[in-house]
Amino acid sequence: METLLAFVIGGLYATSFYLMLRRSIVKLVLGLMIFSQAVNLLIFTTARLTRGNTPIIPEGAAAPLEPFADPLPQALILTAIVIAFGVLAFSLALMRRAHAGLGTDDLDKLQEGEQ
Amino acid sequence: MDSLLLRTAARIIVPVQLLWSVYLLVRGHNEPGGGFIGGLLAAGAIILHGIANGMPAARQLLRVRPQTLIGLGIAAAGLSGVIPMLAGLPYLTGVWGFGFPTLVAGTLKFGSPLLFDVAVYLVVTGVGTLLIFAAAEDGEEG
Amino acid sequence: MKSALIFPILIPVLTAAACLLSGPNRTVQRAISMTGAALLFLAGIWLLREVHTAGIIVVQLGNWPAPFGITLVADYLAAVMVAVSGFVGFAVAIFALADVDAGRERFGFHPLYHVLLMGVCGAFLTGDLFNLFVWIEVMLMASFVLLALGGERAQIEGAVKYLTLNFIASGLFLTAIGIIYGATGTLNIADLAVRLRDESTAVPLAAAMLLLGAFGIKAGLFPLFFWLPASYHTPPVAVSAVFAGLLTKVGVYALIRVFTLIFTGMPEITHPLLIWLSVLTMITGVLGAAAQYEIRRVLSFHIISQIGYMTLGLGFFTVAAIGASVFYIIHHIIVKTNLFLIAGAIRYARGTNELKQLGGLYRDYPWLGVLFLIPALSLGGVPPLSGFFAKLALITAGLSLAQWVAVTVALAVGLLTLFSMTKIWAEAFWKAEPADAPPHPKKAVPVLMLIPICTMATVTVLIGIFPSVLLDFSNAAAAQIMNPQLYIDAVLRPTP
Repeated sequence: METLLAFVIGGLYATSFYLMLRRSIVKLVLGLMIFSQAVNLLIFTTARLTRGNTPIIPEGAAAPLEPFADPLPQALILTAIVIAFGVLAFSLALMRRAHAGLGTDDLDKLQEGEQ
Repeated sequence: MDSLLLRTAARIIVPVQLLWSVYLLVRGHNEPGGGFIGGLLAAGAIILHGIANGMPAARQLLRVRPQTLIGLGIAAAGLSGVIPMLAGLPYLTGVWGFGFPTLVAGTLKFGSPLLFDVAVYLVVTGVGTLLIFAAAEDGEEG
Repeated sequence: MKSALIFPILIPVLTAAACLLSGPNRTVQRAISMTGAALLFLAGIWLLREVHTAGIIVVQLGNWPAPFGITLVADYLAAVMVAVSGFVGFAVAIFALADVDAGRERFGFHPLYHVLLMGVCGAFLTGDLFNLFVWIEVMLMASFVLLALGGERAQIEGAVKYLTLNFIASGLFLTAIGIIYGATGTLNIADLAVRLRDESTAVPLAAAMLLLGAFGIKAGLFPLFFWLPASYHTPPVAVSAVFAGLLTKVGVYALIRVFTLIFTGMPEITHPLLIWLSVLTMITGVLGAAAQYEIRRVLSFHIISQIGYMTLGLGFFTVAAIGASVFYIIHHIIVKTNLFLIAGAIRYARGTNELKQLGGLYRDYPWLGVLFLIPALSLGGVPPLSGFFAKLALITAGLSLAQWVAVTVALAVGLLTLFSMTKIWAEAFWKAEPADAPPHPKKAVPVLMLIPICTMATVTVLIGIFPSVLLDFSNAAAAQIMNPQLYIDAVLRPTP
């Protein structure tokens, strides 16, 4: 399973960088979205895939029942998802404004506007 | 959007969803739930009202500006961490006060983590509605 | 008093909340914003004093012991960064009163400004890698909106580049966090230092390179710096001044943290790499500046070349060199912010920052010329101003390591910086005003703009007159950084 996910993550990274290297604003945003998903999946996978109990300590015990899944990466991913959601929401609004101002979705036109 | 079906359904769904969001908020410390998901549900309810009856109606339902909710939430979050400092504990330590039994959801305990969850609830509701209001009203102009 | 550590984060939070709650009333918002900025400055000074008397201060948030909870740590470096940020934040807040227009204020300039300061202070104070990510994101979110606020076309286009590159940097940072957590099971910086300090295997090296990429983008290191000059000249001057002063320094600070505490097991790979990146950063930055004819763009390229000096000290990796880096960071925050503010005053007086359309400013505003020369000459490293001692300390450290190439480049870049500054002086202040200059009424620069400019110029001169005070301090900070056991013990030692 880890091997399969490693290939999936690699594929997602490759896809996202390919999309970001394109000239279209829409593809740039899609690339950013896939990039953040690839990173989240990477954190999820590197922290070991465990099939087990919930990491909640039962009444009267001192530790959760083995084997239990590590909850921390999921908390990290949740935080990262929320942050990425915020940034992407903002970037969509921004790209929409940029598109409205440029009248095209070609990123190279941004260079001309800069001078 | 003007749809009789949606408006009728929204009239039933919105209050239930708001109530449910508060339920998720208060059970959140020990069970799945919490301020974040509760806030999302609340924002969703208000936006549903907005889709059914127009965004001005949703603003009216919210009564205050979303910015005020965000401000209140941020202030509450900051202050919830200060409470334990008064007792000499580090910032953000959970301190619990009294609890009282409720009929449906076990005992409701008051403490600084609950205040923090309420703060998250307010911020998420505020941000969620602010985003959608801005997007919807921007779309109407352009 | 351990609570001194909380206030630099708490004050901006509450200020931002109060600004949001105060409603659309401009005067009230401004009063709250100023009070918050002043309190933050005082809190920074207080924190510095506490660290000076009590050593490294640690707070375990929520009373969860390290490495399980989130730790806040203030050593000399973190405390002085917070104090200087408070100073700059206060100064720019005053300037903003005269510079930021009513529309931007209505759309939340003040709360965003304080959220930005909170992110900066949080990033300096945190002792946890993931928490560092969160603070940097808080800072970036606020900076994205501040950058785009107002929605002028140039702003939007600058913001697109800024957002994309910083998003990628954040992604690289998170990737590194994932790898580090997978390999060690911890993200507490002190705990990581214990586990990875002497490691020289592939996994920490990969993580170190990813972090170098991530923080390098945020700091504006070669080769991924181009987002910076593309965006920093577009927003209102108050915004770009605080960006120029503080945001890139967060990247440099994070680099210093991880490459002195965690990734020290492979000095034969990491530190020469840092030196060469710094050298290339200095050269490209200063050459880029030579080709520019817009004051804020010239200054933006100089941020890049100056960042090279700061990371050069880190690459040398001796106490003296890191001390020089710390000195350089403090000096540069003040000087660069001041230069941007002066650019703002010029823009206010003449309505443009294009050197080709400017001229004759010395005749109309002679004192502004003097005020410009102080930070400009300091940036170029002319004695007896603060920049001279910063460069002197760095170059002495480099000479004692026989780093001839780096030292030569540092000297040459200093000279070219001076050339750039004289270019601005000659074009904007000295030459006669060109005939095709845009028409402008002759108006006095507002006092609210002059107060921060004069204050920062005074500080620059004072550092120049009494360099030993700051030099001793930054060497003490460097000694603390280079003895990581102090940091580790302070964090991981169980609290009594």
